[in-house]
Amino acid sequence: MHEHNGSGSPSFLARLGGIDRRWIFLAMGLSIALPILLKLRFPEYPGPMAKATFDAIESVPEGSTVLVAFDYDPASAAELQPMANAMVHHCASRGHKIVFMALWPLGRQLADKAIEEVLLEFHPGLRYGTDYVQLGYQAGNEGVIKLMATNVPEQYKTDTKGTPLASLPLVAQIKSTADFALIASISAGYPGAKEWVQFAESANPEAFKLVCGSTGVQVSQLLPYYPKQLDGMLVAVKGAAEYEMLVEGKYPVEKNAERLGQGRVRMGPQLVAHMLMIGLIILGNIAMVAGRSRGGAR
Amino acid sequence: MLQRTIPIAILSLSGIILMLAYFSPLTTSWGETVLGWFNVLAAVAFVLGAGNLLRVNLERISAQRSGWAYSAITLVSFFAMLAFGLLKLGAVPSEKHPDKHFAGAYEGPTAPYGWMYEYVLSPLTATMFAMLAFYVASAAFRAFRAKNTESILLLGTAFIILIAQTAAGMFLTGWIPQDSVFAFLRFDSMKIAITEYIQTAGMRAITIGIALGVAATSLRLILGVDKSYLSKS
Repeated sequence: MHEHNGSGSPSFLARLGGIDRRWIFLAMGLSIALPILLKLRFPEYPGPMAKATFDAIESVPEGSTVLVAFDYDPASAAELQPMANAMVHHCASRGHKIVFMALWPLGRQLADKAIEEVLLEFHPGLRYGTDYVQLGYQAGNEGVIKLMATNVPEQYKTDTKGTPLASLPLVAQIKSTADFALIASISAGYPGAKEWVQFAESANPEAFKLVCGSTGVQVSQLLPYYPKQLDGMLVAVKGAAEYEMLVEGKYPVEKNAERLGQGRVRMGPQLVAHMLMIGLIILGNIAMVAGRSRGGAR
Repeated sequence: MLQRTIPIAILSLSGIILMLAYFSPLTTSWGETVLGWFNVLAAVAFVLGAGNLLRVNLERISAQRSGWAYSAITLVSFFAMLAFGLLKLGAVPSEKHPDKHFAGAYEGPTAPYGWMYEYVLSPLTATMFAMLAFYVASAAFRAFRAKNTESILLLGTAFIILIAQTAAGMFLTGWIPQDSVFAFLRFDSMKIAITEYIQTAGMRAITIGIALGVAATSLRLILGVDKSYLSKS
């Protein structure tokens, strides 16, 4: 329903309000594609949550055993894999031993990817079984966490290769989640960081540090737990980019550094897309107000 | 009679054991046994899920209902992945046991299972998620209107968070010293104020409410007062 000016043709603002949505799709496509193609990078300033996450991993004594849970699937990988990569590199650079696991069926493959593209790429001297172990996925959601809180070998009898945990020096002595110095959950929803707080942290308060990486849409559910139960929290691509700055600042890599800078790469499109969203909202409201005033004048 | 009594007894016993296990170290091993059963049941639920997937999609194909071709694609994909995974079709032979087919690796991109994951499943799921950006942009243009006080507050909050989540926030207000009286005008400060005070306060209230509701519902189930989860037949 178009507004018309005195000459009978629709006004510019009325036409703006009824714009074909394919133009909006095109604008959004360009706002994402152009910064990627032009490799636009913007400076990031680490916020308190990214600093808290970095400090939590730094505060754990060198050589500690940490658990990293990949609680997401490929749908959220664009948002979460950059922070997972940076966290794996950070833990390995700090000298921590890493135990990988997943509460989501496809999380195991994403952990494998981080092992292959980050851990073995930047830390080729690490050995499976003594420096890192992949436990993989187990069904049971929060039941898995609850059982691990008291008895890890009961929940995970073998690693993903079928090797008994007792044969792997890194995890042979692990009895419960309290034996980890730090637990990190990279989480896209249920089960994830919230369940780690509710079933692991609450069972052994103060026994280990708990940090998480979260998608933007679920951060509201996790905020009540920070900073009391969650020692650190990385929120969405912005959190990943800030954390990457901190990790790269202390533990720079010589080659293939772009693998640890994917959060900052994604911040370019995010900036332009957010500005487009704000512009579209303002334009939509201008069109609404113009339409009302013309309607009232008649 | 037994159809209702036995499930209620199992639920009540499991619930009581898990509660005791949380408070008493003496019953920790009982709790672990119950959790072991729970996790086995969770794995069996995948089989039930697969059965339901088959039933629903076969019914649609059989009745030639609207979208039956999608059901056919779903079933073909399901059986293909099942075969690639269970039978380890095209698995890369193991170095230790090259003569044992089932010792081979099937997750890598050179095996069909890994290839399907890497080049079909991952891009498709990522694409579905990425398409949200286009629909959100269109919806924001058409529906995000400052019609009343509540929507103006919502719009203002959205603008602050949208700007603060990018480098634009620091570019526009980063020059305001953090220790000055105008520091609250910095986008990063406003974002922290919104998330830590307003959002967290609201979520804490909701979380506590949900927790009380979960505790009450759990007690009703454990005590056998609520039997709605049982089949009516």
